[in-house]
Amino acid sequence: MLMKLISGDTPRSPILSVILAAILLSLAFAPFLFPGTRPLDTAAHICIFIILVASYDLMLGYGGIVSFAHTMFFGIGAYGVALSLEHMGRSFGAVAFGTVAGMILAAALAFVIAMFSLRVRAIFFAMITLAVASAVAVLVSQFSTLTGGEDGMTLKIPRELTPAFKFHDEKILGVRMNGKLLNYYMVFFSTLILFLVMLRMVNSPFGSVLKAIRENAFRAEAVGYRVVVYRTAVTVISAMIAALAGAIYALWLRYVGPATTLSFDIMLDILLMVVIGGMGTMYGAVIGATVFVLAQTYLQDLMGTASDATSALPLIPDLLNPDRWLLWLGVLFILSIYFFPTGVVGRLRGAK
Amino acid sequence: MSDAILSLKNVATDIAQYHILHDVSFDVPRGKVTMLLGRNGAGKTTTLRTVMGLWAARAGQVMFNGEDIAAQPPARIARKGLAIVPEDMGIFGDLTVQENMALAAVSGPIAADRLELIFTAFPPLKTFWDMPAGNLSGGQKQMLAVARAMAEDRQLYLIDEPSKGLAPAIVSTLVWAMKSLKGAGASILMVEQNFAMARALGDYAAVMDDGRIVWTGTMDELANDTALQENLMGLSMEVA
Repeated sequence: MLMKLISGDTPRSPILSVILAAILLSLAFAPFLFPGTRPLDTAAHICIFIILVASYDLMLGYGGIVSFAHTMFFGIGAYGVALSLEHMGRSFGAVAFGTVAGMILAAALAFVIAMFSLRVRAIFFAMITLAVASAVAVLVSQFSTLTGGEDGMTLKIPRELTPAFKFHDEKILGVRMNGKLLNYYMVFFSTLILFLVMLRMVNSPFGSVLKAIRENAFRAEAVGYRVVVYRTAVTVISAMIAALAGAIYALWLRYVGPATTLSFDIMLDILLMVVIGGMGTMYGAVIGATVFVLAQTYLQDLMGTASDATSALPLIPDLLNPDRWLLWLGVLFILSIYFFPTGVVGRLRGAK
Repeated sequence: MSDAILSLKNVATDIAQYHILHDVSFDVPRGKVTMLLGRNGAGKTTTLRTVMGLWAARAGQVMFNGEDIAAQPPARIARKGLAIVPEDMGIFGDLTVQENMALAAVSGPIAADRLELIFTAFPPLKTFWDMPAGNLSGGQKQMLAVARAMAEDRQLYLIDEPSKGLAPAIVSTLVWAMKSLKGAGASILMVEQNFAMARALGDYAAVMDDGRIVWTGTMDELANDTALQENLMGLSMEVA
């Protein structure tokens, strides 16, 4: 049963299995294990970035396609839900309409970009995606009457997904049974289902063709596979999943803005998460997203504690000052890439 | 040679600014093995790649079953029933032996009896079924390359120097595999420098020099005429 669920793609390392199981259980029981708004928000962020990073890995790790437009597709999904809720009122119908519309628009854009640029060199595709993503980000900022501009939009999501909605009066294990909890589990189960779907995809004949194309497109073509068709297909699928992740993110945050969905910083974060976790492994997305989001959220706190603990020593408290968290985040990434050139998953699978 | 599965008519191919093939014309008879022979750099590999669409022909026709496939993409040509086993074996090293085989069967899963035949011919493939193909030895990679071409029925096999750098025992296995393909009615166009293998398998031969076809005829004619061999290729088949 479990093997079928994970499409026979086992972690192939005892340590990796333990880490993945720990992450799965922590996310599944996050509201009960880690009470408070911030931990729950961190868990939801990890879930959403797992989808986003795994969908990017479909393209980069399996298809060998470098794209800089993944956050654009993410943003299209988020703004799709935001605009439909704004104009159709707070209902699940509006959420469904906005999500589907966002996914269709993302698919159409991905299709057009892929058809125009995937026939030529990979670098051309990367440049085109960068240009289109930058143009869309500028457009969203400029069309403030429609998108809220740089300020973004605050969403009125269906009441059933807000803290105001209580489906049980009593607390269970100290946790309020309200819409926020429902919203979290919507995020969690969406992540779980989408991840398993992507795992199935990469372990299917379609996934094998993608890996073959990544290794040698010329040979794959000679065997009988139209490279441009497969590359276009994976770009479109990846864009649709990113748009879906964007829609889920908008519902969780109850806000959309260029900084949270369209910025190039997020694109760089995704790239780092893929590299840290391990390209072309799927499980790498889980590890990469978890490590990165946790570091982004808690590194400052950790450094504050460490700075206080070493206050008696010279120089070290200054180095560990929480204001220098970005410096240490950078050092951590350099070290992780140095010690795990094939990503955490690649390293753990290679260590027998 | 009236029933030709493949006919090249005045084919010319350029690679960048270099004219590699000039006015190449010859037939590959149906159900027979045609050996494409010649010195290094004569244009043999380019001919195979041009047939497969991997290099575009600048001029001429590549008629497969009466249809000109010269301007078609390789994937479409492959799905018409042509398979190429390139000189560099063309396997996917990151994929397992199983995945390599599954990819080769473009029209669906490999039939059980065919897989059994492949395992009988190439036992190491069964042993290393779940191993990345990149970890196989040179001989095993060549076995996989040929086995991939055998994964489903093809009408024409384009095979480029299958015995290159292989031990005699493996070459014997490959000869056996080629004969079984031929016995099943397939046509083969093969580039081969191992004359013993060429003689054992070939029905017909076409000899190339400097991007042109300089001689065509039966393999027996060529094999029995040492002077002709030396004249055409500067080598005698008797050396093998």
